[in-house]
Amino acid sequence: MPAATASQTIGPYWHLIEHKEWADLTRFGAEGERIEVTGRITDGAGDAVVDAAVEIWQASPPADERFPGYGRSATDSDGRFRFVTLKPEAVPGNGNQTQAPHLSVVLLARGLMTALRTRVYFQGEALNETDPLLSSIEDPAERATLIAKPIGAGAWNLDIRLQGAGETVFLEV
Amino acid sequence: MSDTAPFRPFAAGTQPPLDHAAYGSTHLRHPKRALRPLAQTVSETTGPHFTPALFPEIGDLTKQAKGEPLGERIIVAGRVTDEDGRPIPNTMVEVWQANAAGRYAHPRDTHDAPADPNFPGEGRVFTDAQGHYRFVTIKPGAYPWRNHHNAWRPVHIHFSLFGTGFAQRLITQMYFSGDPLLALDPIYHGIADAGARDRLVSRFDLDITEPEWALGYRFDIVLRGRGATPFEEAH
Ligand SMILES: [Fe+2]
Repeated sequence: MPAATASQTIGPYWHLIEHKEWADLTRFGAEGERIEVTGRITDGAGDAVVDAAVEIWQASPPADERFPGYGRSATDSDGRFRFVTLKPEAVPGNGNQTQAPHLSVVLLARGLMTALRTRVYFQGEALNETDPLLSSIEDPAERATLIAKPIGAGAWNLDIRLQGAGETVFLEV
Repeated sequence: MSDTAPFRPFAAGTQPPLDHAAYGSTHLRHPKRALRPLAQTVSETTGPHFTPALFPEIGDLTKQAKGEPLGERIIVAGRVTDEDGRPIPNTMVEVWQANAAGRYAHPRDTHDAPADPNFPGEGRVFTDAQGHYRFVTIKPGAYPWRNHHNAWRPVHIHFSLFGTGFAQRLITQMYFSGDPLLALDPIYHGIADAGARDRLVSRFDLDITEPEWALGYRFDIVLRGRGATPFEEAH
């Protein structure tokens, strides 16, 4: 059997498939703790990444007809993305481990030949201390690149740095 | 095979690197640190499930405006399977592309080529129970992209696939056989493995072609397989 098909960049014109409402995961009437998750993406020169597609998938709360669990947001002219979703709860890890609440993130953009993957955790969650991924990252500064901070009622922010000082921890999945 | 079994690593050389000197836009956008290996969990082995009820199909890109777009009508069809040859049924396939003159219906596309008000350039279809998909469109044009002197992208259609787990998420591009620009394209040549490159090239297919109407091209897509290969120790 052939190996998996190769990835190619999403390019600068992927907005032909952009539907802005996809960034609101509550649009089908999902009920629960609504949150807003924002962030700004910058490159190795500190410049805004204005043409990225940011995607999230969350295993909690479980997806159903009213909650897709998946969202896509374009970055704007300042490099910012914004999602409205439901706050995830803890999800099982491997073996008998428990993972702290988090969002899985896929980043796609011109200049990214394959998707970049990372996660968004939430500051203040007790389970962050024992989360298998977070607790495996020894450098607190690196760990912090995965943890969103509260910026208002139900509002969380996590900036993403593709390259250089403060570079986000990206994952090989 | 459990539907939450982890996906296998990619075969060496079959996926492009993030750092690729010949493709200028990678220079400031690739991470300098090595990616951190993550043992897959439900966050990676499960993924979104789309239905045509909430994500309506756009199977004929030539019928999305009042008039017919200019260009050569074509049919693109193929099968989505995993690396074990199992079909991936009922999965969403998104496509987007330039018009016949090589220009996207996008405000940032400034290429000096005519816009086509009858071609928005977006498609969305679902695979059937056997993993087959099909859409009707027009053959896109090549376009310049300023990566280097006299740089032109080979003719391509962009594809987006989800599969059954988020670790299978795939964005790729479909090319056309015989395109002289393929030999010169740093994005295509970012893939080291010649066989993996060649599998991004669609083939003319007389069985997909419809008489007196449109040429057909076949493009099969393979997403990562789950579990250990027969040649690999279970872990
Ligand atoms: Fe393109």
